[in-house]
Amino acid sequence: MKQMGLTLEKFDKVVALAGNPNTGKSTVFNRLTGLNQHTGNWPGKTVSRAEGGFLYEGVRYKLVDLPGTYSLLSASQDEEIARNFILFGQPDCVVVVSDATALERNLNLALQVMEITDRVVIAVNLMDEAERKGIRVDTRSLSRDLGVPAVPLVARTGQGIPELLTATHAVASGRLRTKPLRVEGTPGVRRAVSLLSRQIQSLYPDLPNARWLAIRLLDGDALIQQAIRDGELDEFVHAAGRVDEGAGVVSAEGNA
Amino acid sequence: MADTITPQDILERAEGLRATLASGFRDEMVKSLYAEVERITKRAVRIDAQGRSDLDQRIDRIVTSPVWGLPIMLLLLAAVFWVTIVGANVPSAMLADAFFYLEEKAAALFTGWGFPWWLVGFLWHGVYRGLAWVVSVMLPPMAIFFPLFTILEDLGYLPRVAFNLDWLFKRVGAHGKQSLTMAMGFGCNAAGVIAARVIESPRERLIAILTNNFVPCNGRFPTLILLATLFVAPAFPAGLASFAATGTVLGVVLIGVLVTLLVSWALSRTVLQGEASAFTLELPSYRRPNIGRILYTSLIDRTVFVLWRAILTAAPAGAVIWILGNIPVGGQTLAQEIAAFLNPFGLLLGLDGVILLAYIIAIPANEIVVPTIMMVYMGVGMMTDPPDLESLHTLLVDGHGWTMLTAVNLMLFSLLHNPCATTILTIYKETKSYRWTFLSVVITLGLAFLATFTTASVVRLLGGG
Repeated sequence: MKQMGLTLEKFDKVVALAGNPNTGKSTVFNRLTGLNQHTGNWPGKTVSRAEGGFLYEGVRYKLVDLPGTYSLLSASQDEEIARNFILFGQPDCVVVVSDATALERNLNLALQVMEITDRVVIAVNLMDEAERKGIRVDTRSLSRDLGVPAVPLVARTGQGIPELLTATHAVASGRLRTKPLRVEGTPGVRRAVSLLSRQIQSLYPDLPNARWLAIRLLDGDALIQQAIRDGELDEFVHAAGRVDEGAGVVSAEGNA
Repeated sequence: MADTITPQDILERAEGLRATLASGFRDEMVKSLYAEVERITKRAVRIDAQGRSDLDQRIDRIVTSPVWGLPIMLLLLAAVFWVTIVGANVPSAMLADAFFYLEEKAAALFTGWGFPWWLVGFLWHGVYRGLAWVVSVMLPPMAIFFPLFTILEDLGYLPRVAFNLDWLFKRVGAHGKQSLTMAMGFGCNAAGVIAARVIESPRERLIAILTNNFVPCNGRFPTLILLATLFVAPAFPAGLASFAATGTVLGVVLIGVLVTLLVSWALSRTVLQGEASAFTLELPSYRRPNIGRILYTSLIDRTVFVLWRAILTAAPAGAVIWILGNIPVGGQTLAQEIAAFLNPFGLLLGLDGVILLAYIIAIPANEIVVPTIMMVYMGVGMMTDPPDLESLHTLLVDGHGWTMLTAVNLMLFSLLHNPCATTILTIYKETKSYRWTFLSVVITLGLAFLATFTTASVVRLLGGG
C-alpha cells in the first residue's frame, strides 16, 4: 500500500468509511491515507469532510470519511450526508468501522448500510480493548452470518490493516461477491418491498439500490419522496458521484 | 422496455402499498433489525466470566435488583441534592456579599468621576447586577452538583439507572434508553435532546425529545434549590430544614419523571402510536472514577460552559430590566406597567405579574428567572441590604406577598414550562420539523399553565393562598 493524498483528481475506485462515533474511524482513515488529506466541507453543509487516497495493488483508491452516525434512518444532517453518499455516491466499497466492545450497537448501522449496498466490509476495531474486557469476537462467525467480510482490527497499532486492505480490494474490484444479510420483515412488508422496488428499478435502471428506496418510500420518507417528485433523484445520482466539487476543499499542502 | 412509469406513479404506488401494511412499518423494520442483530451478536461474541469481575456482578445484583434498585437510585439522587443544598448556602452568600459591596463602591466611584446617573445605573445596577446575581446564585450549586453527578457517570452507574427504569418506559410505549437521555437532561436539556440519537426508532426518539424538558436542567436546579431553601426549609425545625429542602427538590424531580411518563404514554397513544421496541443494554464494568477527568468535565465542560452561557444572557437581561425599570409611564415604570398588566393572569396561576415578566425576559436561558424576579422587585432603587437568604425571604414575603403557594407554583412552573431558546433550536435541528418543535413548546407550556392553575384553584377553594 502506498499513501497518495496528493493526486486525488485521478482515482480508480472510491471507498467510503462509515461507523458509529468513537469507533476509531479517524484512526483507520489516517492509517490508510497518512497525513496527505483533503479536508473541506460537504457541499452546502457545515459538516466537515475528509478525503484521502492510497495505492493498493496498482489501483488508485480514494477514501471518503463519512460523518460518524448511529443509524441512517433518522434525519440529522450527519445521517443524511452519510446515507446520501452511500446511496447515490455509488462507492465501490463501504467499510463500516465497528467497536468490538459494543458490537451489537455497531451492527445496527452495519445492517442498515448493507440494506443499501452489497459492497460492504466490516472492520471490527478496538479488538485489543475488547480482549482486555474479556470480550471475544469471532469475526468468522460474523462474516458467515452477515454475508460480507468481517476483519479484526487494532487501528491504533495497525494490526489487521493489511487484511482490511485485502478484503476491501477484493470487494471493490468485484472479485469477491458478497451475499449481505437483508432484514426481511413480515410477509406483508416483503411483498410490498419487492413490488415497489421492481417498479423503481424499471424507472431508474441505473440505480443499484432500488430495494432500499422502496423501503424508504413505504416508510414515508419525505426527503426521498421530494427527490422523486422533483426529479432530483437523477441529480443526486450524479451530484453525489462528483466527489471533488465544492469550494473550500483545501489540501494539506496548502495549495488551496 | 417497460411501459412509461412516471415518478408520480411510483409515489402513488408506494402510498397504496403502505396503506395495506400495519401502521408501524418503520417500527416493524427496526424491530426485525434489532432481533437479527441480537441473534448475530450472540453467536459471534463471547464474554469471558473472569472479564467482568465477580465484584461487579455482586454490586450489580444489588443496585439493579427489583427490590433495591429503585430505592438505592432515589437515595443516591437525594444524597447528591442534599450535599448540593447544604454546601451551596455559605459560598452563595459570601459571593453575593462581595459582588454587591463592589457594585455599591463602583457605582459611587463612577458617580464621583462625574459619569451621568443613567450610565452608572445602566452599567452597575443593570448589567453588572444581572451578572453578579447569576454568578452568586448559580456558581456554588453547580460547582457541587456537577462533580457529584459526574462521579456517578464516571463510575458507570448511569446505565444501571436505564436498566432499573426500563420496564417503566416500556409500559408507556417509550424506549428504555430514554432514561439515559433524561440523565443527560439533568445537565442540559439541549444535550439530552441530542442524546436521544441513541434511540433508533424515530417514534421513540421523538417521544424522548418532546419530553426531555420535564427533567429540570442545571439551569433550573438553582431555582428549585433556592425556593426549597427559602420557603420549605423554614417551615421545619432547624435540624430537619436541609432534609426538607432536599425532599422538596427530589419531589419536584419525581413529579418531572411522572409527567415524562404520562406525556410519553399520551404521545404513544395519539400522535406517535406504536409498540415499544426491544433493545439490549450493555452494563459496562464499573470503573474507578478518574478524579482529574471528573474535575475537568464537571468544572470546565459543564460548570464554566453553563455559567458562561448564563452570563451572556444575563448581562443583556440585566440591561433590559434596568431600562424597563427606568422608563417612566404615567407615574410608574415600564416594568411595573407590564407586570401590572400581566398580574391578573399571574395571580390566576398562583404566581404574579413580575414572575411572568421575568419568565418572558428569561426565555433565552432559564438560569436567570429568579435573579430577574429579584431585580424587578428591587427595581432601580439602591439596594440597602446584602441579598442574603433572610433578606430575600423578607423581600418576597413581606414586600411582595409571596406565600407557600407562590413558591410551590413557581417550582412547578419552572419544572414544566417551555424549553429555553437553545433547547428549542436543538429540537428543531434534531427533528427538522417546525411541527414537532412547536408541539414541544405547546405541550410543556400548556402543562405548566394547567398544573399551576389547578394547584392555585385548589388552594383557593380550600381557603388558602
